[in-house]
This record gives sequence, C-alpha cells and structure tokens, in this order.
Amino acid sequence: MNAPQLDAFVSSASAGIEFDDLTVSPTDDRYRAEIPGDRLETDEKGLRKFAEENPWYVSNWYYWTRAVGPAGARYAFLRWIERADERPVGERYEALSTGVSRSWGQLRITASLGEDGKRRYALRHVDDENSTGLESYSDPLAARELVKHDDRGRYRPLSTAPTLPTGWEYPDLSGDDLVRTVDFVYPATVENWHREREGELDVTHFREAAERQSGIYSIVSQLSVEELEAAAETCCVDSHCLKRRQWDEDEETALDVERGSGEFPCREPCSLFITAARKFVTLGREDTRSYEFDLTPTEKEQIEEIIDAVAEGRTDEIREADLNEGANRYRARYLRARRLEDGELSGTPTYPDDQA
Amino acid sequence: MQALVIVGHGSHLNPGSSKPTFSHADTIRETGVFDEVREAFWKEEPSFREVLRTLESDEVYVVPLFVSEGYFTEQVIPRELRLEGWDVSAWDSEDGVSADHATLKASDVEKTVHYCGPAGTHDSMSDVIVRRAESIAGDPDVGEGFGLAIVGHGTERNENSANAIHYHTERIRDSGRFDEVKALFMDEEPEVDDVTDFFESPDVVVVPLFIADGFHTQEDIPEDMGLTEDYRTGYEVPAEVAGHRIWYSGAVGTEPLMADVLLERAAEAGADVSGAPDGEREPGAGVAGD
Ligand code: SF4
Repeated sequence: MNAPQLDAFVSSASAGIEFDDLTVSPTDDRYRAEIPGDRLETDEKGLRKFAEENPWYVSNWYYWTRAVGPAGARYAFLRWIERADERPVGERYEALSTGVSRSWGQLRITASLGEDGKRRYALRHVDDENSTGLESYSDPLAARELVKHDDRGRYRPLSTAPTLPTGWEYPDLSGDDLVRTVDFVYPATVENWHREREGELDVTHFREAAERQSGIYSIVSQLSVEELEAAAETCCVDSHCLKRRQWDEDEETALDVERGSGEFPCREPCSLFITAARKFVTLGREDTRSYEFDLTPTEKEQIEEIIDAVAEGRTDEIREADLNEGANRYRARYLRARRLEDGELSGTPTYPDDQA
Repeated sequence: MQALVIVGHGSHLNPGSSKPTFSHADTIRETGVFDEVREAFWKEEPSFREVLRTLESDEVYVVPLFVSEGYFTEQVIPRELRLEGWDVSAWDSEDGVSADHATLKASDVEKTVHYCGPAGTHDSMSDVIVRRAESIAGDPDVGEGFGLAIVGHGTERNENSANAIHYHTERIRDSGRFDEVKALFMDEEPEVDDVTDFFESPDVVVVPLFIADGFHTQEDIPEDMGLTEDYRTGYEVPAEVAGHRIWYSGAVGTEPLMADVLLERAAEAGADVSGAPDGEREPGAGVAGD
C-alpha cells in the first residue's frame, strides 16, 4: 500500500466500502471498520492506523476497484486467475507472493504481487512452465505474429488449435496488457467465457449459422446431420480445437460428438468449420461406385494405417526405419511402387465408364 | 470512448494476407486518436462475428480494408456484424464508388456502429496509388515520360470491382501527372498480360489495386506480364519487356499511406481524429485535392 492508495481509501470511507473481506461504514463522524478477526470503531486518524496495519486489505481494494475496474470480462478474468472468489484476502496474498498459476488453453498465466499490492502477470506456453532461456516480450501487439506459426513453422489459421508455439514469454504484464495479449492469442475467448459465466452466452447453432451463409457458402445448409456429426468430430474435438463446442445442430438437437474440455466456449461454427463443411457437402454429393482391387490383406491394412496416421497427424512420429508401421515412408513408397500404376490403385481406373 | 475496427479478408492458407491490416492498425494506434483499434477478419480471428464484443468503446467506426463495394462490403460484413436494419441504400452509392457511411446498432452489443465504405473507393486512394508509383520508381516527381497501369482482378463475384479501378484511373489521368494512365485486369479485357501494348511511354509503373500481397500479386501478375518465367526466380525492377521498362510494385494495400485513407473514412463518419498527425501525406503530390 502506498500513500495515494491510503488517501483514496480514507476519502472513500465516508461513502462506505465493502470489498472482499473488508468493510468500512461511516457512523456519525466516526467509522466502523472490519476485517476477518478484527473490528473497531474509530476516527479518521484511527482509520489510517488501521489501514497501515492491514495494508493488504487496502491495496487489494484499491487494485480491484481503481486499477482494474469496472466489473466486466477483464475484471472477472483477472479475479479468476488468482481464484479471488475461492480464497480470503490473506490466503490469496500469501499465494500471490509465490505466484498463482492458471491455464487458459495452452497458455500458462501466473499472477504475483507487484509493487504496493498491484499484480503482475507472466504469460507463456504451458509446456514452457519450467523452461529457461525463453524469448522475452512486453508489447501485447507482438503476440499476433508470435502465434501465427506453430513450432514446425506451419501457419495456424485457427487460433485455438492446440499448436501454440513455445519458446517465448511475457514476464511482466499489467492486468490490462495481459487481457489484451490473451485476446491476440485467443481472440474473444475472455469475452465469451465471461458471457457464459453470466448466463448470457449467445449461441448460434449450426442450422441457423448455415442459413445465414451466402454465395459459395450457402450450400453448407445441405449438410445432413450424420455429416454434421462427422464434421464436428473432425474439427471441434480437443485434439484439433481447444474451444468447448456449445453449439449443436439446433436448439433441440444436440450432437453426439464430445464438446471438448476447454475453459472457453465456442458459440458458433467458425469460418474454418464453415469452409470445411462446404467441402464435406460436395464430397457427400458424390455417389459411391464399386471397384475391384487386388491387394494383399497386409496392403489393405496398410492403407487403413496410413489414413489413420495422416488423420491423427502421427506421420512425423513414425520412425524412418520402423518397417513394421504401415504408415512408414518406406512402406508407403513400396506400396506405391507396387500398386499405383499410373497413380491409380491396382491400376483400376477411377472413371472406367468415361474411358470407354 | 471511440474504437476503430479495420475489417479485412484474411486467409486460411496465406499468413501474409492479414499483414497490411495489422500494420495499418498499428500506425493508427500510434496516433492515439482512438481509445481502441482492433483488426477483424472473414477468415481469421477475431471474426467479424465476435470483434464488437471485445471492445469497450460505445462508438465504433468500422472501415473495410477492401478494394471495392460489393458482396463483402454490402452483404457479408454488415450481416456478420449483425448491423440492424442495414440496407445498402444507406450508403447512397449508385455508381459503386461513392459509399460514405451509415450509423447503425449491432444486435449483440450495446454500441453504435458507424459503418464506412471500403478504403479502396475513397478519393484519397488515388493518392496512395500515386505514392506507390513514386516509391517504386524511387522518384517523388515521377510522372513525365511515365505510364501508369492500375491493375484489378476483374470480374468474379464482384460487379463493382472494375468500377473502383476505372474511378482511380480517371482521377489520376485527369490530374495530368502521368503521360498515360490505363486500367488493366487479370480476368477481363484489357488484360495485364499485354501491358506493353497499351502504352507508348518507355517506362510504365504497374500498381495492382489489391489489399494484400498473395498469389495474384506475387505470382500470377509478374508471370502474366512476362517479368519472369517463374516467380520463384524473382525479377528486376524495372524489368525490360518488349521495349518498355516495367516498374512493378506489388499490392498497393501494403503502402503505409493506406492508414490515412482508413483514418479519413472514420473521420468522415464522425470520428474525432483531432490530434492525429497529418500522416505521410503531402497534399501537393496528391490527386484528392479538397
Ligand atoms: S467451430 Fe469447432 S473448430 Fe471452430 S472454433 Fe468452434 S469448436 Fe473450434
């Protein structure tokens, strides 16, 4: 607590203060002040002494009502980080003195005590919690470029894909800048999380979102419910997106696909989902045909293993010399050399009728 | 409090597509005239659908960083922002290049939204094109002995895209600064492939009226014009093509002066931009003399 905080406290006391575990109320020309385990009636001089003896309560009140306020998404998020609604002030300050951490998607946020009871926040990748030698940043705007590519250098079109790059940190952010930085990493997540907590999340279900589409996207409304389930399973599960899907087919019809376990909700199909859905509609329009292939049983299994490895993004993990893996590159090349005549499986034409 | 939202297209495939939006937003942030400046995208995040809720300001100026009026500015953006009662007639632009602004409410937030016409059709965009020509030619007085080609995409979904190209072509031609000024297109006549056929001037500056550099401006146009066989091997600026020297610039939307166009759009819609530095503009060089 510093002098301006103390003065602000005393001048606010006449209007009454009730915040976290601290209560002050004016009584005639005296004050009644209360914190857990202590209660007194006193004049202004005594109130100052009381504040000086209990600086945490005053700086806590000051931080939340003057530095962070007003109540809203940012306020709620910062309170959530230090578990303000779960722990009394004293316990919280003790915890903050060594740092309180929370995860937000793949972000690790650590709150600790700064000067005069203000907070400082550190931000990094969850996997970097114990890393050293991280690249250090202070400007929230830098986050936009920082999270654009994953650790393998690939562009990340979906900000909540679980591919957040590692190796960077924001060691010391104010509350304002922390929320801005988080908003650049995971746009609108704090706001939607807050709306959800307040019971005000506006969910737009798939059918309604599809109706809204125009131009080349208007066909997404033709997606059948089975295709929609497959699409959600493709795009919206934890392995691909850290948002917790809160939209369904429509208000009455929930999808069977798991919603994900993310902290922040997804309130409507995103643009990547709609783009994927458009492709799935056109794929679904094609009729099936019967083909006859000659494959050995192992080759058939190998094709299944390759599809699975690609779908799960496991191809990188398969060791170069592991010839027992169907999706191993040598195995795949051998299969191609043996079975893909002119690029067609077992030499079977894709459109036999058209070639006649 | 007032906020500026710059809305761009963005891309699921090309990370460079959102760069101009970011950099113009940063330029405007630095002026400090808006309490908040935020980018939003059709294909990236924050999406148009969610950007308004991330702002604290009650007055929001939305400027599309798009080349022309049409499908995106008239349908997609207002719909996705949930602008209540939007009707394109509010822009009062029958010729497809005169959109100004309209004031509306968005239905998911308690904010007033001033929805502005696209950057690409603003008069001062002519100045940006000229500035681009100056910087690519490395000559602040470039004009005499030079032709200027303004290149557009041409037909697609957007019937107005050519209007924006023609509009700036005529304005710059009328200014008399260049010996010749022509509108050329990728997908319709007259085509940029034959650029040298349309000019007598030995030197021709080619400025594509595109927002971001991408496949079209970095690959198709240089190859189509014959600057290079293969864009990956690069090309000279200027490059000799059929007896002309072609000065090719890449997308005009990356020009820093674009930030001024965005600011002017917002100012015309009522944003308080007093205190903004005069930007990079040198009125003397300009076409948009008012
Ligand atoms: S629609 Fe699916 S993929 Fe897109 S943000 Fe929501 S949960 Fe993630």
